[in-house]
Amino acid sequence: MELFTISMLNGLSYGLLLFMLSSGLTLIFSMMGVLNFAHASFYMLGAYVAYSIARLVGFWPGLVLAPLVVGVLGALFERTCLRKVHKFGHVPELLTTFGLSYVILELVQLIWGRTAVEFRPPPSLQGPAFTLVNSSVDGLQVLWGAAPDAMCRATDAAVRVVCSPFPATRGFMMVVALAMLVSLWLLLTRTRVGLVIQSALTHPEMVEALGHNVPRVFMLVFGAGAALAGLAGVIGGSTFVTEPAMAATVGSVIFVVVVVGGMGSLAGAFVASLLIGVIQTFAVAIDYSVLDLARLVGWQPGAQAASHSLLRLTVSQVAPILPYLFLVLILIFRPKGLLGTREG
Amino acid sequence: MGQRQFHFRPLNVGRWFVWGAFALLLLLAPKLFSSSLAVTILSQIGIAVVACLSYNMLLGQGGMLSFGHAVYTGLGAYVAIHALNAISGGSLPIPVSLLPLVGGLAGMFFAVLLGYVTTRKSGTPFAMITLGLAELVFAMSLMVPEFFGGEAGVAGNRVVGKPVWGISFGPQIQVYYLLAFYTFVCTALMFAFTHTPLGRMLNAVRDNAERVAFIGYNPQRVRYTAFIIAGFFAGVSGGMYALNFEIATAEVVGAARSGAYLLFTFLGGATFFFGPIIGAVLMVLATVLLSEFTKAWLLYLGLVFLFMVMYAPGGIASLLMMNLRVAAFGHLRNLWTAYLALGGTGLVVLAGAGAIVEMIYHLQLDAALGPTVKYLGATLNIERFDTWFGAVFVMLVGLALFELSRRQFNHQWAEVQTDIERTLRRREDAL
Repeated sequence: MELFTISMLNGLSYGLLLFMLSSGLTLIFSMMGVLNFAHASFYMLGAYVAYSIARLVGFWPGLVLAPLVVGVLGALFERTCLRKVHKFGHVPELLTTFGLSYVILELVQLIWGRTAVEFRPPPSLQGPAFTLVNSSVDGLQVLWGAAPDAMCRATDAAVRVVCSPFPATRGFMMVVALAMLVSLWLLLTRTRVGLVIQSALTHPEMVEALGHNVPRVFMLVFGAGAALAGLAGVIGGSTFVTEPAMAATVGSVIFVVVVVGGMGSLAGAFVASLLIGVIQTFAVAIDYSVLDLARLVGWQPGAQAASHSLLRLTVSQVAPILPYLFLVLILIFRPKGLLGTREG
Repeated sequence: MGQRQFHFRPLNVGRWFVWGAFALLLLLAPKLFSSSLAVTILSQIGIAVVACLSYNMLLGQGGMLSFGHAVYTGLGAYVAIHALNAISGGSLPIPVSLLPLVGGLAGMFFAVLLGYVTTRKSGTPFAMITLGLAELVFAMSLMVPEFFGGEAGVAGNRVVGKPVWGISFGPQIQVYYLLAFYTFVCTALMFAFTHTPLGRMLNAVRDNAERVAFIGYNPQRVRYTAFIIAGFFAGVSGGMYALNFEIATAEVVGAARSGAYLLFTFLGGATFFFGPIIGAVLMVLATVLLSEFTKAWLLYLGLVFLFMVMYAPGGIASLLMMNLRVAAFGHLRNLWTAYLALGGTGLVVLAGAGAIVEMIYHLQLDAALGPTVKYLGATLNIERFDTWFGAVFVMLVGLALFELSRRQFNHQWAEVQTDIERTLRRREDAL
């Protein structure tokens, strides 16, 4: 039970991080039709910029400043490069961001080096947020902060006590992602800015005729999307590891999220990222293979089959490819994605 | 029309001339560049040409931006290397020279399998799905060591059995001629494909899929069929790779290779058939030679790519064709001074910027090797202020001059273009 709860929370927090990333991507895609290939690069940039700021003035200013810096860089890129390419169509736009991802990767390695940097969360976020104590006598208990050692040690050999701490950084990740989700939703549906943004998508001429500067709206949206990626980068970089490969590790997963959720659907991206986060986290914890399953139903494979690596693969080993399998299944059975509305 | 076209039936002289020159080039290239490094590079260029052309069947002709083309070349290479081992083991009675075909069939098989899922969508979703599938295959390659050989990959030996007519495929030059033969045949076949009804439909699907559906074709099926054919040629290229390198590692299905196909096909020019050939040559030269010269080559590559997308989205091929048009109307002599100015000032900018980049890379990566960098025959000292100042100064002066000559060039170019338009209109009126 405590394993389930902790895995569920871990999965949700990872899913929410994915959502933070894919929300920026979805925002840019649904607004401008541009698939930002460099989105994961902005995520990496956010982590590195926050690392540098954190070394100077501390983590909390970095949490605010780094997304702003990344957002400004994103807006600058839109203003100087993407806008020029806009007239050639969507594929060159995508290719521009593809080229940018190469350049950002090289520049990051140039400035911060090719190995991982030590980007630690602040002391207030280190250690567990709460601990689940499961005792075979007293049942399940929740304790804020770390549980005292005495509680985790069973006094009697017959009593089984398991303590599962939940890291504070992951809790923080969930809080920030949820706050971001709510504020994004409020901004888009409840404010005049959101109204202009949404109508600039469907009726750019009309919005322009009403006196709004549509190219500037696009620039701001691109900057905002990049800033969201930067924010995710600060949190992801301090929770996991800040290294030049971090863009590649999330890069393709967030595309899977966007396709599975339905292109351009923010709610779909939310559902898909939670699903993928939970599936992947649970898969890592399951140590069974096809072979074990076969033995379970009473079939004894021969020695040659038993040594075949495909049959011996455990679910935890295939965990990294599960999102892509999920993608293929979704495409076969529901090509427009979970909550998507348009096809093709 | 008053255009001069050499079109003598039943022989199309122009076409025979172009293909004859291509065949001659493939035949004579190793005679001109006979060092062993050159022959190795030429062999790799042949492989890259087939891969880039097959990629352009998707990108340029079908409007399908794939991020996973290395899946088909790579799986083709894997199957070919296993076939090679089967030939050595005596269980597969085919000559080694047919290995590329084995790779091709494998590429086709995987394109049939995976293409069914990927080609259900077009445009941006297609791009993302191919990316996802490429990740899937790459992750699988490390999970199934039986087939993929794990980290070390699968190795083979192409020298099998008795030599036929003295050809054992031991020396690189013999392999080169086999690869050149395949390159020529594949290029010809792919060019022929552009003239088939299917090739034309593919262009129509790229330009307006809705309209294609309206006149009764299924755009999805056209894309799928083209995808399978592109997969076949990609597999042939993979088989050629296996034959050339005698090894296939997980890297051949990796994302970096797919990215390289995309990058260089685009740089060469996706809008013309011969564009990817230029791209393939550049790809081999950049990955083999440029990476030896400078550590910053990926940065240069990314920047060149960005500038190309922004200022010349048709790639090098379109730049060539534009200037051929200018030359055909006899205007190139008006422009050559402007080109000289552009090229000269551009080189100054590049020299300055390159010096800065090289010094920064040196500072970051091998500062332990001492404070000096060798750059274009000169020795730069990164600890002295005047080197930095000099580099920045050269770059800024170059930029200012470049901007001046660029304005002059733009002016002249526009003049030449209006002149060409006027000539064309006059010719039309004369008819």
